[in-house]
Amino acid sequence: MSLDPSFVGRTYPPTAPYQVGREKIREFATAIGATDPAHHDPAAARALGHPDVVAPPTFPVLITMAASQQIVDDPALGVDYSRVVHGDQRFAYTRPVVAGDELVCVNTIEEISSRSGHGFLTTRTDVTTVAGEPVVAVWSKLVVRGES
Amino acid sequence: MELSTRTFRVTRADLVRYAGASGDFNPIHWSDRTATKVGLPGVIAHGMFTMALVGRAVTEWAGAPDAVVEFGVRFTRPVVVPDDDEGTEITVDAVVKEVTETGLTRLDVTARCGGEKVLSQARATVRTAG
Repeated sequence: MSLDPSFVGRTYPPTAPYQVGREKIREFATAIGATDPAHHDPAAARALGHPDVVAPPTFPVLITMAASQQIVDDPALGVDYSRVVHGDQRFAYTRPVVAGDELVCVNTIEEISSRSGHGFLTTRTDVTTVAGEPVVAVWSKLVVRGES
Repeated sequence: MELSTRTFRVTRADLVRYAGASGDFNPIHWSDRTATKVGLPGVIAHGMFTMALVGRAVTEWAGAPDAVVEFGVRFTRPVVVPDDDEGTEITVDAVVKEVTETGLTRLDVTARCGGEKVLSQARATVRTAG
């Protein structure tokens, strides 16, 4: 499926703030079997210099996947979500996400290409606190599989 | 940095728990009916679950839960998880690619399931502990 390359460079309005909860971090850490006390015990996190429990490295995807619906649901771009496969995923952290963070996402379309009938869409999501402090930048490449 | 192989057993129950914790309820991760309808051999693990397990290996190697400064993978092969008590197994290995003057260690990571690589271009940069 071919996606309109003129969308490259498009930036979407900031998403509503996501409140990072201590129990959500604990639940996520438990689901992936991450037992380090800093994910569960605020005192252990404070001993490492963090204000509250620390999220595992892939936790931000919970926030960015929801935020990127902005792009996937953009009727002008016209992504068929039933044909979407996750291609690449990358995170560049300024600091780890911690409980108590209020995070805002700004989505940008970085790349659009097509090859062998499939469309490729790379998005960058800049995750910052509501005060504008950068936390993590997240890149996702989605493959929109062509009709076979 | 001691980079001993990490092994993770993955069962259907793990996928259900990850679906709930992550909010990714795509039925290909819990319904054989849906998975086979879209041409998969059966229910597959969330790519982000596999990446999360690799993240565990990386933070354990680094010796700190907050050590990762960059982390990226390409999903190349699905991890099929059978509906039994054994599930499947993912093994994660890494080699040190570079140690920078600023105290960063770059790792090239390999994740395998059933002898096949399930990720490519899996790389992590960690702040070296101590």
